[in-house]
Amino acid sequence: MIQMSGISKAFNGNVVLENVQFELAKGEIHALMGENGAGKSTMMKILSGIYTKDAGEIMVDGETVQFKSPKDAEKLGIVVIHQELNMLPDLTVAQNLFLGKELTYGKTGILKTRQMEKEAIKLLSKLGLTINPRTRTGDLSVGKQQIIEIAKAIASDAKYIVMDEPTAALTDREIETLFKTVNELKAKGISFVYISHRMEEIFAICDRITILRDGQYVGVRNIPETNFDEIVAMMVGRELGERFPERNCKIGETKLEVRNLTVNGLFQDISFKLKKGEVLGVAGLMGSGRTEVAQTIFGYRKLSNGEIFIDGKKINVKSPIDAMKHGIGFVTEDRKTEGLVLDFSIKDNISLANLEKCSSSGIMKKEHENSMVAKYIKDLKIRTSGPEQSAKSLSGGNQQKVVIAKWLGTEPEILILDEPTRGVDIGAKKEIYHIINQLAESGVAILMISSELPEVIGMADRVIVMQEGKLTGEVNKEHMTQEVIMQYATGGEQVV
Amino acid sequence: MSNYKSKELVSKLGPLFGLILLIIIVSILNPSFLSIANIFNVLRQVSISAIIAFGMTFVILTGGIDLSVGSTLALTGAIAASLLSSGMDPFLTIGISLIIGLILGAINGVIITKGKVAPFIATLATMTIYRGLTLVFTDGRPISDLGNHYSFQLFGKGYFLGFPVPVVTMVIAFIVLYFILQKTTFGRRVYAVGGNEEAAKLSGINTDRVKIAVYAITGLLASLAALILTSRLNSAQPTAGQSYELDAIAAVVLGGTSLNGGKGWIIGTLIGALIIGVLNNGMNLIGVSSFWQQVVKGIVILIAVLMDRKKTA
Ligand SMILES: Nc1ncnc2c1ncn2[C@@H]1O[C@H](COP(=O)(O)OP(=O)(O)OP(=O)(O)O)[C@@H](O)[C@H]1O
Ligand SMILES: [Mg+2]
Repeated sequence: MIQMSGISKAFNGNVVLENVQFELAKGEIHALMGENGAGKSTMMKILSGIYTKDAGEIMVDGETVQFKSPKDAEKLGIVVIHQELNMLPDLTVAQNLFLGKELTYGKTGILKTRQMEKEAIKLLSKLGLTINPRTRTGDLSVGKQQIIEIAKAIASDAKYIVMDEPTAALTDREIETLFKTVNELKAKGISFVYISHRMEEIFAICDRITILRDGQYVGVRNIPETNFDEIVAMMVGRELGERFPERNCKIGETKLEVRNLTVNGLFQDISFKLKKGEVLGVAGLMGSGRTEVAQTIFGYRKLSNGEIFIDGKKINVKSPIDAMKHGIGFVTEDRKTEGLVLDFSIKDNISLANLEKCSSSGIMKKEHENSMVAKYIKDLKIRTSGPEQSAKSLSGGNQQKVVIAKWLGTEPEILILDEPTRGVDIGAKKEIYHIINQLAESGVAILMISSELPEVIGMADRVIVMQEGKLTGEVNKEHMTQEVIMQYATGGEQVV
Repeated sequence: MSNYKSKELVSKLGPLFGLILLIIIVSILNPSFLSIANIFNVLRQVSISAIIAFGMTFVILTGGIDLSVGSTLALTGAIAASLLSSGMDPFLTIGISLIIGLILGAINGVIITKGKVAPFIATLATMTIYRGLTLVFTDGRPISDLGNHYSFQLFGKGYFLGFPVPVVTMVIAFIVLYFILQKTTFGRRVYAVGGNEEAAKLSGINTDRVKIAVYAITGLLASLAALILTSRLNSAQPTAGQSYELDAIAAVVLGGTSLNGGKGWIIGTLIGALIIGVLNNGMNLIGVSSFWQQVVKGIVILIAVLMDRKKTA
């Protein structure tokens, strides 16, 4: 049993937690909810000894504890799976799984490689993942890396596992296996803290919800006794209204067409059309090749075969620079590795794709840059102490907004969004949907890759579905249901 | 916001405090350090290593390294000397030498980007090649009869408004490079390539071109340093510039620029170069043996880096 009370924390005088309490009982799954920047991750970093608290008390099984480092917390069985992945990309899966806890022959330091690989296979198959333990971790999808991270926590005999948005990168099937494992472990008396912006999930798996708002404790609710609306109201402090705002769509001519797009070994024969003012959803399981198709259109991958047309004219994109010249923008999937320069400020990140616009003859125009950045911080409601704050110190959801701002700045005619609302809170999601709608209404053609089916159904005019590198179906607005899309995505029978 | 800035400022000012402390210690131990003649002497020596270190700053900011600067200096110095002694116009000589430096640097950049060779390895190879070419070109002998070109001699030995010309050259180079790094799109790109190359590429930055440019700039600056050195000594030595790359890297690191790229500033490099210069000069004045000088220099670098580590932890 963990009890945290009166927790306060400030960074450089910026208060991010004030007198917050949290309780985790044995064998319970406790959700921690709140908007982006509410302080959820910070609270859990304090619990795990990464940050030191400015005030307050942490009690584990009735005894007050002081954590000076993550090691102290680990000794008491507290393990955190962080929002941003912590895998070493060049190590193998097995090496990552046993990092710091390698199995050796006695104290010789000689590794039992075989045995670790066997254990790795066992652990991962429990989570429904069959991969060669010698695979280089960096070659796996974000979703698979996430599962390895979870396996690692389970392997360390943790008593309290904190999962900071574990499912943001997982597909429905992966989530299902994860939930099954979590419930099994719960039955063995292990407690979980579960941070997520996905309401459905929280109601499906959690016992209690604690809600934070602006670094303050709002309240705690037992799941069966509450509902979506109450939680949302507690989180945002106001009524939110419709989840997916209405769009006044005026779909125009074909803007982008791809024919028989193929990259050997990744995907084959992808053909589709995207019209002006249209939001075309791309659904599919993790690893079905959606991101790779987007990267190819954006010139980041070399195509083996196929053609790309914009406004009916064949174009040749050899690099992102070419793609941008043709008015394509690309909000990438992984903000940490592809979207942001983490050491850069918010300002420098937003202007990175807009250097031409923010300069004349190569010299930066400060006022121009500042006003553009200020506009997007305001429009996207990026929660920050100012444009000079480093991207690294932003909450996950706000980082995502910075990546979106960067591309809105380029005023694209075609915008590719790869999981645009991953890790974004419910209020901010709606803001992003609103922005997508505005863009579409002004004639921008939007290609939206998303693993969240409610989002695809709520936002897209049309959906194409990919499975294992092939296009398996196209669904119109009228026929869009989770079942139909999942059937195409998993290769089940194609009944429409 | 002011908080982020002030914290950053404190960490940036560290090297400056170090320099001031060093100057105080040296001038207490030997007051003649503070004579104008000696200060000019220090600055004149520093100008050459600082100019090279400025280039190294650009390279290190992109996450690279350039070990070939010393050899580039020797080769371009030898070429300049032989052009002069063959009677070429000094201004044309200066122009040609600078262009050759630029090309030698650009070759590094092309090998690194197009050949996908790690910067350390690529420039280790060209360091040897350029040095070898210098020896071939000079036949291993110094070139010393440069003729009597007043305008070329000015470059290393003259005074401008009472200041030594090399120092003025260094200051001008510093201002121009500072401006490029802080105020231009190119500067922003340099930081972005070092901070996150993939994100930079996906933001429409031609990362190869940026890298080739920084190595070219470094080559250019190495040849500028070569001209100052050749003018000052009135000769070109085939062994000139040996281990200059290490002093340059040390200056950059002392100034607080991260070897991982993406973080740092050129003012720090100037301060770093001054620290090394004052240290060298001070130890000479105090009479520390040249053997011990090496030990002390190494220890100072280590202390600076360890303190930097602490700040970021
Ligand atoms: N190391 C840091 N330095 C400065 N500010 C920080 C730091 N870490 C977090 N913050 C600030 O603290 C606030 C809370 O951040 P936190 O990451 O806890 O939010 P969160 O509730 O997890 O949000 P999200 O749902 O977006 O992940 C944010 O405003 C963030 O900018
Ligand atoms: Mg968070």
